[in-house]
Amino acid sequence: MAFPEKLRAELEQLCTKYPDRKAGLIPALHRCQEELGGWISPEIMEACAEFFGMEPVEVYGVASFYPMFKLKPTGKHVIGVCHNISCDLRGADDVIEHVCKRTGAPVGGNSPDGKFTVEVLECQGACANAPMFDLDGTYHEDLTPEKIDAILGGLS
Amino acid sequence: MSARETYLLDRCKLEDSHTLAVYRANGGYKALEKVLKGGMGWAEVIEEVKASGLRGRGGAGFPTGLKWSFMPDPAKDPRTRYMAVNADESEPGTCKDRVLLREDPHGLVEGCLIAAYAMRLDAVYIYVRGEYRKPYDRVQAAIDEARAAGLVGANVMGTDFSCEIHMHKGAGAYICGEETGLMESLEGKRGHPRPKPPFPAGFGLWGQPTTVNNVESIFNVPFILDRGAQWFRSLGTEASPGNFLCGISGHVAKPGVYEVALGTPARQILDELAGGVWKGRQLKAWFPGGSSTGLLPASLIDTPMDHDSIKGIGSMFGTGAMIMLDETACTVRASQVLARFYDHESCGQCSQCREGTQWLHQIFRRIEEGRGTMADIDNLERLARGMAPGKTICALADAAAIPTLAALKHFRHELVEHVERGCCPFKKGGASAAPAAAEVHA
Ligand SMILES: Cc1cc2nc3c(=O)[nH]c(=O)nc-3n(C[C@H](O)[C@H](O)[C@H](O)COP(=O)(O)O)c2cc1C
Ligand code: SF4
Ligand code: FES
Repeated sequence: MAFPEKLRAELEQLCTKYPDRKAGLIPALHRCQEELGGWISPEIMEACAEFFGMEPVEVYGVASFYPMFKLKPTGKHVIGVCHNISCDLRGADDVIEHVCKRTGAPVGGNSPDGKFTVEVLECQGACANAPMFDLDGTYHEDLTPEKIDAILGGLS
Repeated sequence: MSARETYLLDRCKLEDSHTLAVYRANGGYKALEKVLKGGMGWAEVIEEVKASGLRGRGGAGFPTGLKWSFMPDPAKDPRTRYMAVNADESEPGTCKDRVLLREDPHGLVEGCLIAAYAMRLDAVYIYVRGEYRKPYDRVQAAIDEARAAGLVGANVMGTDFSCEIHMHKGAGAYICGEETGLMESLEGKRGHPRPKPPFPAGFGLWGQPTTVNNVESIFNVPFILDRGAQWFRSLGTEASPGNFLCGISGHVAKPGVYEVALGTPARQILDELAGGVWKGRQLKAWFPGGSSTGLLPASLIDTPMDHDSIKGIGSMFGTGAMIMLDETACTVRASQVLARFYDHESCGQCSQCREGTQWLHQIFRRIEEGRGTMADIDNLERLARGMAPGKTICALADAAAIPTLAALKHFRHELVEHVERGCCPFKKGGASAAPAAAEVHA
């Protein structure tokens, strides 16, 4: 796979921030995940390896270290529910149960229709607005069952 | 608490507080101007920060001015010099830097510029946890605005001082908040903390002299330069001056991020700002400064929130993030949730930490689910003592072990009750939502 020209140019630009090009790898993986299908496929890892002058396995070593990088295809919408302490104290378990029931996706998996992925996350730094989840990169805080229904009901 | 003096969150309350126009209209970039055009030397800036007594707000409470003075003299060491601003904010319970990044990003930018002048830096990197998209965009926009106004880049305010500020996005790993893990991550690698020494001031980013500071620490700097070290010392306590941002979460009526003077009694923060324990219930337990600081019993809630006072009761001020547990909460459950967290976040380099966090997690889970034994309780203690203090490359192992010891010290009776009854006495039904991993056996 070759990067689309626009993305390649953007990644080149991004690397100029650093004295060593390799520092651009993690921001580049973010951009690839955003632009190229929502997960870091083996093809993306190979393209990054070529771009950064690394071995594919080195790229894999980095990508697999960071929970934000998905190494399997996800559903169209990814819901990450925080289950750390402040959220746990304010009902994260109920949120997880509710979200799984509504979407049909198990924790850590995709719904059969491929529309949703549900995962549990560690603290997202929104503890004073617990419980919370991240939906496709946007935080939803102070969740209640009604609020969850409204958010999920509005998705296509 | 009516006569409280505030400064950290004042601008955040204004509409469009994140823009240059609002920042400037409210005294923004005045401190930078005073430093650059008022003839202040770099050494004077460091002295002022030292004199203020500002202590790092990222967890360890290390004096900021002193840290800055560790940077080598450029006349003797001509290497490139960096600061990395720690905006990884991942300590459970901690949610304060996010407010500053999102609502008052120019305050951080101005702080970075003053720090860069004082330490004679070549560039600043702001490492933001990847999940903080809006805060990241806000700070990037502030840098762009500042650059267009001649405040970032070459010849700041027309002087011969130049400084680059770059944004960098993390990807969701708690260990990248540890300062050397952060530097490894910024270099594009796995966030494996480095053995120390060498310390960052001698060998930091790309092997060059580097200082790592928390967002809130840097955010305090323009206020100190503008109003003076003596003003700063008029707030807070002798050993911990200034105000701090207290994120208070869990079982309280009004969770939030509040600005309070260091040394304010925890009970006052709970009752007067957070509206007390929710639902009219009693307090059972609390963490004073994030998940790594250990559970304390309600009887210690009158303790002042400052570094020495909290240390005096056998805990740590940490990030000042108070997490409150009411009488219906289960301390074993809380310990299990955190043990799971540290197990998940251990980078795996040190065997005590890699194995220890896994064992702690499994034992707490076993006890919480009613399958634990008295021997398990003793093993928690043996394990925790084998992991800390200072036995590993970084303090994550301590962060997992110390709360375990605190839970054993103050809430052993709840562990024993779980074992004796063979179930959790506080459970409202349903097991932990965590997917059960296969257990390891010795
Ligand atoms: C496991 C671990 C995680 C940490 N996470 C953070 C963090 O998210 N943000 C932060 O500012 N400091 C964090 N720290 C503390 C940093 O190592 C460092 O002390 C701090 O950023 C220094 O800034 P300060 O002196 O301004 O407080 C962490 C430390 C450890 C051991
Ligand atoms: S103490 Fe734990 S997190 Fe820190 S370096 Fe060792 S294994 Fe990694
Ligand atoms: S514990 Fe859920 S956001 Fe911090």
